[in-house]
Amino acid sequence: MANTTRAPRKAAVLQDQCVACGCCAKVCPLHAITIYHGIYATVDTAKCVGCGKCAKECPASVIEIREATV
Amino acid sequence: MKKKWYDYLWIVTLVYLVLGFFNILFAWLGLLCFFIPLIISVATGTKGYCNRYCGRGQLFGLLGGRFGLSRKRDVPNWMKSKWFRYGFLIFFFAMFFQMLWNTYWVFAGASDLKQVVTLLWTFKLPWQWAYHGTVLHAGVAQFAFGFYSVMLTSTILGLITMLLFKPRSWCVYCPMGTTTQLICKAKHAGRGNRT
Repeated sequence: MANTTRAPRKAAVLQDQCVACGCCAKVCPLHAITIYHGIYATVDTAKCVGCGKCAKECPASVIEIREATV
Repeated sequence: MKKKWYDYLWIVTLVYLVLGFFNILFAWLGLLCFFIPLIISVATGTKGYCNRYCGRGQLFGLLGGRFGLSRKRDVPNWMKSKWFRYGFLIFFFAMFFQMLWNTYWVFAGASDLKQVVTLLWTFKLPWQWAYHGTVLHAGVAQFAFGFYSVMLTSTILGLITMLLFKPRSWCVYCPMGTTTQLICKAKHAGRGNRT
């Protein structure tokens, strides 16, 4: 039987290029994103369901939805 | 999600821009957009202003998002590079200090009040209809014309990148955003990176 379990998809922030504007945190329906000390966005992977709203919203386009490597 | 009072600050930004067409002295209120972000970042070490209260960001988000006035494309890589963001910051403040210099000469009585709004640091628009004299020094009005030029210019740049790229692409190179992020970085480094 083929492998039917998919790896969970999570948002990942390219923190070096993040401008910490907070658009992602504002749009996240699960409040999984916080702005770490005004420097970059961090994703709580336990809460993130990989919906991709943040990636779409991000003005700098520095959020990617990736299959989480467990 | 339930809207909070600070989700309506885009109205304040809009009112500010409109008031500048009627009485230029209202431009002084724009200093709040300079000092509040700085005070928040210095006092709390966060970009609370960008994250919550920035009316301009909200306005771009609304026009580009709900009103669909944006192509919603990715900004080019150079626009989010450090050299462009820091370069634009330096350029923006250089122009700002030049404006203060011109204001100084009016205060000093060495040059006359110029009732113009300068767009994109180049185009001088006659704006005398928004000035009805003041009991204060002419320099007060000169600063208002200069500062309104800064605010209108940055709004226009933001609107252009809103149309071309993501709605809030102004946030990527906003000089206040870059400054407050640098303050936060410095503050955080100063605390020895404790979380």
